Amino acid sequence: MRLELQKITKQFPGVLANDRISISVDKGQVLGLLGENGAGKTTLMNILSGLYRPDSGKILIDGKERIFRDPAQAIDAGIGMVHQHFMLVPVFDVTESVVLGNEPTKGPLGSFDRATARAQVVELSKKHGLHVDPDAKIESLPVGVRQRVEILKALYRKSDILVLDEPSAVLTPQETEELFEIIRGLAKGGTSVIFITHKLNEVIAVADKITVLRRGAVAGETTPKKATAAKLAEMMVGREVQLTVSRSKSKVAEPILQVKGLNVLNDAGGLAVNSATFEVRSGEILAVAGVQGNGQTELVEALTGLRLVDSGTVVLEKKPLHAGSPREIAMAGVAHIPEDRNRDGMVKGMTIAENYILNTYHLPQYSKNGLLNRKAIAAATEQAVKDFDVRTPSINTDIASLSGGNQQKVIVAREFSRNVRLVIAAQPTRGLDVGSIEYIHRRIVEQRDAGAAVLIVSTELDEVLALGDRVAVMYEGRIVGILDAKEATRERVGLLMGGITK
Amino acid sequence: MNGLKKFGSKIRVPALSISVALLVGALFIIFTDIEVLGGLLSDPIGALSLGIGRAATAYSALFRGAFGDPETIGKALASNGDIKLWARALRPIVESVVASVPLIFVGLGVSVAFRTGIFNIGGAGQYTMGAVGGTIAALAFGAGVTPAPIAILLVMIFGVVGGAAWAFIPGYLKARVGASEVITTIMLNFIAGQFVFFLVSNFEFIQKPPRIQPVSKELSQFVDLPGILPIAALRMDISIIIALLTAVAVSWFLFRSTRGFELRAAGLNLAAAKYAGIGAGTSIITAMLISGAISGLGGALVAVGTIKQLSPGIAGSVGFTAIAVALVGGTRPSGVVATALVFGLLQHGGSLMQVQTGIPIEMLLFIQALVIAFIAAPELTLGILKNPFRRRPRSVAK
Repeated sequence: MRLELQKITKQFPGVLANDRISISVDKGQVLGLLGENGAGKTTLMNILSGLYRPDSGKILIDGKERIFRDPAQAIDAGIGMVHQHFMLVPVFDVTESVVLGNEPTKGPLGSFDRATARAQVVELSKKHGLHVDPDAKIESLPVGVRQRVEILKALYRKSDILVLDEPSAVLTPQETEELFEIIRGLAKGGTSVIFITHKLNEVIAVADKITVLRRGAVAGETTPKKATAAKLAEMMVGREVQLTVSRSKSKVAEPILQVKGLNVLNDAGGLAVNSATFEVRSGEILAVAGVQGNGQTELVEALTGLRLVDSGTVVLEKKPLHAGSPREIAMAGVAHIPEDRNRDGMVKGMTIAENYILNTYHLPQYSKNGLLNRKAIAAATEQAVKDFDVRTPSINTDIASLSGGNQQKVIVAREFSRNVRLVIAAQPTRGLDVGSIEYIHRRIVEQRDAGAAVLIVSTELDEVLALGDRVAVMYEGRIVGILDAKEATRERVGLLMGGITK
Repeated sequence: MNGLKKFGSKIRVPALSISVALLVGALFIIFTDIEVLGGLLSDPIGALSLGIGRAATAYSALFRGAFGDPETIGKALASNGDIKLWARALRPIVESVVASVPLIFVGLGVSVAFRTGIFNIGGAGQYTMGAVGGTIAALAFGAGVTPAPIAILLVMIFGVVGGAAWAFIPGYLKARVGASEVITTIMLNFIAGQFVFFLVSNFEFIQKPPRIQPVSKELSQFVDLPGILPIAALRMDISIIIALLTAVAVSWFLFRSTRGFELRAAGLNLAAAKYAGIGAGTSIITAMLISGAISGLGGALVAVGTIKQLSPGIAGSVGFTAIAVALVGGTRPSGVVATALVFGLLQHGGSLMQVQTGIPIEMLLFIQALVIAFIAAPELTLGILKNPFRRRPRSVAK
């Protein structure tokens, strides 16, 4: 065994993050480490990379026990981490980025030996089939290539145990496929790879061996040949899971939201949304796909009044909304499940009840003469907590102490508590456990069936394909295509996400 | 039982911080004493016991200055109602409470701003301008121009207006052009002091005859706040009652009203407040107006009732101590009142300590600073409580 973790246990205050986890990976093997958020994957990898010390358990490399006191020792042992969020300096070029921290030097003053560095990087990228231009500036590179630079960085430090943490989160399906090629190539060359993900299809596609974590412990081990997506999901969640959203055919009626020639600027003043034109009709779900950062955030902010519309029109059932304030838009019948629930969706430090009335506290049912009607608020919140199955000791609990899934349920309950004509849901299930995902999806489909128009923005292709009656794809601020569910195959949407309209 | 437990967990950190700060203060007294340091090498035990004795004397003076001398209190109890003895026995505790009144007002004022996420450092300036308003009202409407209760009411109203107007400036600047309130409020503190200087040295209406010193006329000739104790020699007037009522009002405003809800939401998470349709600009200006109004009310009442004179330095260290009071009290009205009382005790006790032992009153600033440092690092403070001798865990987990 190249690397073996034996019975790793790590206790944090209140949580047993890792409970006697044992995993192993051979030379040239790809281990898929599968688990939901909070299953203990990240803690385990932080132990492996020397950031944390385990409370008990052993790390063995080539059969010999090693103790990592800091990340430098883990790197010396050949462990290379590629984080989900890249750690690159935008203004450096590829060569500089790769050698940063271990620069080759020349001369008595130890000045940077650029020529040698460049040659080393070129050789390394040739050897492993990682094609990059050594002179390109990081900021000019697409995300997929930046990831290659991260991998090169690890290889440059002579890592032969490569840990990739959720590497496909920022990639298009095609880029993901390229990444898999690279991983296979590295494994063939003798590198051991640990591939961390929560996406079932990916481990089946690339791993030689799969270890599933659940609630800090190993839930099972299998191989891609023996495993099916359904089986893996069951291991991951601990019960049978419905992977597809069950829903009836949509009964599409009149248009509710009409967007014409919408232009929206980003914070830097650049055009983030470029003449978007689309409509969403009663009883249908329009799912907007796209790689993160292609204008979806700005589109949603503009539609919900959080960002100024530069030009163009937004009309909700004949009522123009492009100059509306967030409150006017909400009161017009728009439910908004925000992309970043921690930032926009709730006020941590306030109770569940206070968060439940966050944007309706001013309505007569909750306040009179400037005073909150605490009885009415408590009663409505109690009911919502029951209806939406929010697991909490009390409605006066700080929302910060709830799990992500329960927090999102409070937000969804709040947004659906009003008369809803249009649902705008941005990344509605990001970071949630499978059970909560199922639940939130069902609630959104219910709104559609009740006649609301639904606009879902998601970077998870699975979610887009599962929910969308129609699928729109955003690329560099433009809507590059709108497909019916029937035509929206993974491949077609994937190509559009990469900007290929053919 | 549950309520008690909750209360306990709330005051654990502040209480512990104050105790540890006093302890560190004692060490400081011991190890800055020249005689102790001089004898430390030749006779360490003797030197240390001398130091400990000095610290004990100092803290005993601090205690007697804050709460009163047990001996005098005993005499008063035995005297069967000797007013003079009672006045002597109660004066320290009464003066401690009086010292806490400005801290309660300004502490409450800045708390409202802090709750809204605005770091209003301008408590001193708003307090000063409230004192200006109160002084002008007293001079204009006091001394029989209007009936006394009306004059007092006008003093309060002018104080509120003065403080609110002064706080409106940084609030408006922040809301409209994003000017940092930290900078604008600090600058306005200086301007307020200089403005008072201008007033009390240039206007016959205000300046004390024969117009040599830059101070106002004696205000007690114009308006006097009614005392609330049966002993006339003890100067405790209705301002403490108004302070406590203000605390109740602030609590009610923050936690019961829709406006308070908006301000708290904006303070905890501005992005989510915007998402919920709460205007950031309105919240900022509202919070600053209320914040300034409360500090200004305090300034007016203290200038007219306690100090009975307006002078450029009227705010003294109130502005900054009140920020500490607000933070230690968790920007919670009940916490602010409790902390202000503790700081009032320390402040008045400290003056006796200085007189009796020669340890400068600045020592108390040191202790206050320590309290703030401990409050700011609750993990550290609770760590001390848990087990000071526990070995550090072997892991480096954050």
